[in-house]
Amino acid sequence: MSHHIVEVRDLCHAYPDGTEALKGVSFRITHGQAVALVGANGAGKSTLLLHLNGCLKPTRGEVRIGDAPLTPETTAAARRAVGMVFQDPDDQLFMPTVAEDVAFGPLNAGLPQAEVQQRVTAALERVGMSHLKDRAPYKLSAGEKRAVSIATVLAMSPDILVMDEPSSNLDPRGRRRLIEMLHSFEHTRIIATHDLELVVEVCPQVIVMDGGKVMAEGPTAELLDNEQLMLAHGLERPHILRHMHPH
Amino acid sequence: MTPGQWIEIGRMDELGRLDTPLHRRDARAKAVTTILFIAFVMSFPRHEVSALMPFFLYPLAILSLGRIPPGYLLRKILIAAPFAVVIGMFNPFLDREPAAAIGGLVITGGWLSFASILVRFVLTVSAALVLIACTGMNRLCAGLERMGLPRVFAVQLLFLYRYLFVVAAEGSRMRRSMQIRAAGPSAIPLRVYGSAVGHLLLRSMSRADRVYRAMVSRGFDGEIRVLHESRLRWADAAFVIGWTVFFAAARTWNLADLLGRLFMGGLS
Repeated sequence: MSHHIVEVRDLCHAYPDGTEALKGVSFRITHGQAVALVGANGAGKSTLLLHLNGCLKPTRGEVRIGDAPLTPETTAAARRAVGMVFQDPDDQLFMPTVAEDVAFGPLNAGLPQAEVQQRVTAALERVGMSHLKDRAPYKLSAGEKRAVSIATVLAMSPDILVMDEPSSNLDPRGRRRLIEMLHSFEHTRIIATHDLELVVEVCPQVIVMDGGKVMAEGPTAELLDNEQLMLAHGLERPHILRHMHPH
Repeated sequence: MTPGQWIEIGRMDELGRLDTPLHRRDARAKAVTTILFIAFVMSFPRHEVSALMPFFLYPLAILSLGRIPPGYLLRKILIAAPFAVVIGMFNPFLDREPAAAIGGLVITGGWLSFASILVRFVLTVSAALVLIACTGMNRLCAGLERMGLPRVFAVQLLFLYRYLFVVAAEGSRMRRSMQIRAAGPSAIPLRVYGSAVGHLLLRSMSRADRVYRAMVSRGFDGEIRVLHESRLRWADAAFVIGWTVFFAAARTWNLADLLGRLFMGGLS
């Protein structure tokens, strides 16, 4: 059995104020895939992501992580399997130092101190931020914060990485580093973003959402190149594809 | 000055991270000493002022050993000062019995007890602040929990502290955006402040929600765990016992009075 599979079946979610954010979303993402979730603001991307580790409960339908449905009993295991990088690093980083923040997840998993230390070192090295380990998170730059918040999740050795707008607020260099980092991961990756150029570079597969529904699903090069589809859902055909297109 | 600067976000955490012999003392030893300190200070009769003075030695000692900037601590005490003033401010009117006389000036019991409240306030608040500054809130809450404080309270305390930063950050952002659109520094009418405060609450709540979600996503289950869990050493016991002996001595004898008499005796 693999933990790397994420499946969503007929997922519906209505917020307490009655807003229907998801209206029957279904897809299946398998081992090692990198899938982008694109769509206009309010398409339901963030709401969908919050379901993947049980932060929100569906009003109908189900989420399956690695062949097991997400229930209150399996939530703890799912949270270990699914590493969630939130949109705003300031929400994610709250400990006095970077090292303590990265240690937060492994400590909660009940790992022994030596193992925790090892994971902290490895995770910070992985994102190239070892030199910041004793700094206060709130004093870092946006790019550093992003890298550290990814490290906090990597330290839990998840099978699946879920990211909400990972390239927002990054300068071109920080964004380039992020893309390289995303390339190097072997995890199953689900990335919600408006950065379509990043999608072209990182994710071979894409899911287009609009109004709480999946509008299209398939190879990135094909879907994002479809100008009509892109414009219909508040998106646009990325420049990079225009240049790549055979004339 | 924005609320963020006034609360000086993160400064307490920075202080708590310093590495001094005092910071290395176990959080439990420091917490117990602080609780004893507060208990001793509160046990004095209500008109007492002079006998309280020797107790200033404790926060001052922690302040210098823990390398806590005095100005910073003073500003924090000032923030809380209005509460103490309000609590004591009617005493001078209610209790007009003469209690002491300095030269020709008769001091009523009310003024004495008011002064006593203020002195105790400064003592206890500074003791609590130096405790946090030389321990760090996370380690302190973890220590309190290991001492047997119910987990619910320890976690509440930690979140209260954590969300204080959240509210302050939201508050300073809102204030900035209000000032940008206001005609002048005093142009924000009071009723706007009313709705702004309500707005601040809602914004802080949704942010608190996101922070909590991020914590839960990383396996937070209500137990506070820290790196480098410390063990109690002899130095921790010595710390508690040493200070307790001093507190007990200062409670039994009026050290300020004794010292004064010693000097006067020496002079005459």
